[in-house]
Amino acid sequence: MAQPIRVLVAKVGLDGHDRGARVVARTLRDAGMDVIYSGLHRTPEEVVNAAVQEDVDVLGVSLLSGVQMTVFPKIFKLLDEKGVKDMIVVAGGVMPDEDAAALKQMGVHEVMLQDTPPAAIVATLTRLVNERGER
Amino acid sequence: MASVSTYVPSLELVERIANGEISAIARMISRAEAGMPEAREALAEIYQRAGRAHVIGLTGVPGSGKSTMVSALAARLRATGSKVGIVAVDPSSPYSGGSILGDRIRMTDLSQDAGVYIRSMATRGNMGGMARATMDAVDILDVGGFETIIIETVGVGQDEVEIAKAADTTVVVSAPGLGDEIQAIKAGMLEIADVHVVSKCDRSDAHRTLTDLKQMLTLGVKGGKKSEWRVPVVGISSFDGTGFDELMKALEGHRAVALHSEMGRQRRVAIAGFRLTKTAENLLMERFARACAPLTLDFAQRLHRHEGDPYSLAGELVAASFGKE
Repeated sequence: MAQPIRVLVAKVGLDGHDRGARVVARTLRDAGMDVIYSGLHRTPEEVVNAAVQEDVDVLGVSLLSGVQMTVFPKIFKLLDEKGVKDMIVVAGGVMPDEDAAALKQMGVHEVMLQDTPPAAIVATLTRLVNERGER
Repeated sequence: MASVSTYVPSLELVERIANGEISAIARMISRAEAGMPEAREALAEIYQRAGRAHVIGLTGVPGSGKSTMVSALAARLRATGSKVGIVAVDPSSPYSGGSILGDRIRMTDLSQDAGVYIRSMATRGNMGGMARATMDAVDILDVGGFETIIIETVGVGQDEVEIAKAADTTVVVSAPGLGDEIQAIKAGMLEIADVHVVSKCDRSDAHRTLTDLKQMLTLGVKGGKKSEWRVPVVGISSFDGTGFDELMKALEGHRAVALHSEMGRQRRVAIAGFRLTKTAENLLMERFARACAPLTLDFAQRLHRHEGDPYSLAGELVAASFGKE
């Protein structure tokens, strides 16, 4: 049997809105994935530590507070410092289109905004993990 | 499939694990979980080197406060200088096979400490409260320099007692308000404790649970098996820190007895035996699943038509499956 995809669904910073993140977590669970949820108000350091310890395939960060351009550079710097090269990083939530474009430049594999249907999230993560290949 | 990854062979990970490199430890656990044949040689090497850590198993009903207690206990252990590895098991969905691994949320106090490693694991259909690769993860953490390793089982019912055949010290956590003195004398989970913990002792009804458990322990008949270890009942509150000094003493005490007694030696042989049988069972199950797959439907139809009974048809299926190998 194929291994379930492992995902860390993370909330970073002062953003206290996690209904969306929990809906996503539940959707991924029902698609057969192992989902770790970070809980609210985590720092980039905590999220990266958890992602590395849990050896997740995908680190998904949900943001509705507008701090994406601060948080993601920190996450990539920390992953780099830990020598992690094969982690898939995705973003979700609400943000301006130009930020979404800038994040993809930075190395975020996919940005899934508020209108993304659940099935599309599942399909995207599955595709990204398949593209990455064995690790 | 466009592969962008550079696969690091498992044997190369072993030295990095021994140097305590977290990403190597994490990756090796993933490969053990996946049951990758490529990792088997490396896991053999790791098993050779393992065996130093104190493995503490923590079990109890869902919501009894296991994760919160692990967090507080790990902080205490860290204060003694011990690096702490935690393997927290949560259930997989019987429908989708997926899971929500939520134990980590209760352990955020530990999230900045490089001397603590937390790994969440899904049961993937394994009964008994643990995941198939839990013991591999324990070995990997052991070789990675973690002196104390805590296995937190899934929230169990009354009958999931595998942890006692895997851990050096088994802690059973009971929460107040969940049952009376008859619950306390039932067979099963309560029997396997080396240390009993009653959690949430900041609650007023906790003394009742403490008393029930203590009385249960005195019901053993004189002249039974003599033991070097007296099972303590420790009341704790992870909320205000009550009881953790006593708990630490109990764990250290049991560790000392287990290391230097005949009882402890027998226990370690039993643990090895359980691991061996369990692994053999898994091998056998995999072989059987492969071999019987093309025959099962036909046999099921025969059973459905009452052309035989379950026992004889199952016997035939086993014989036909392994006969064909």
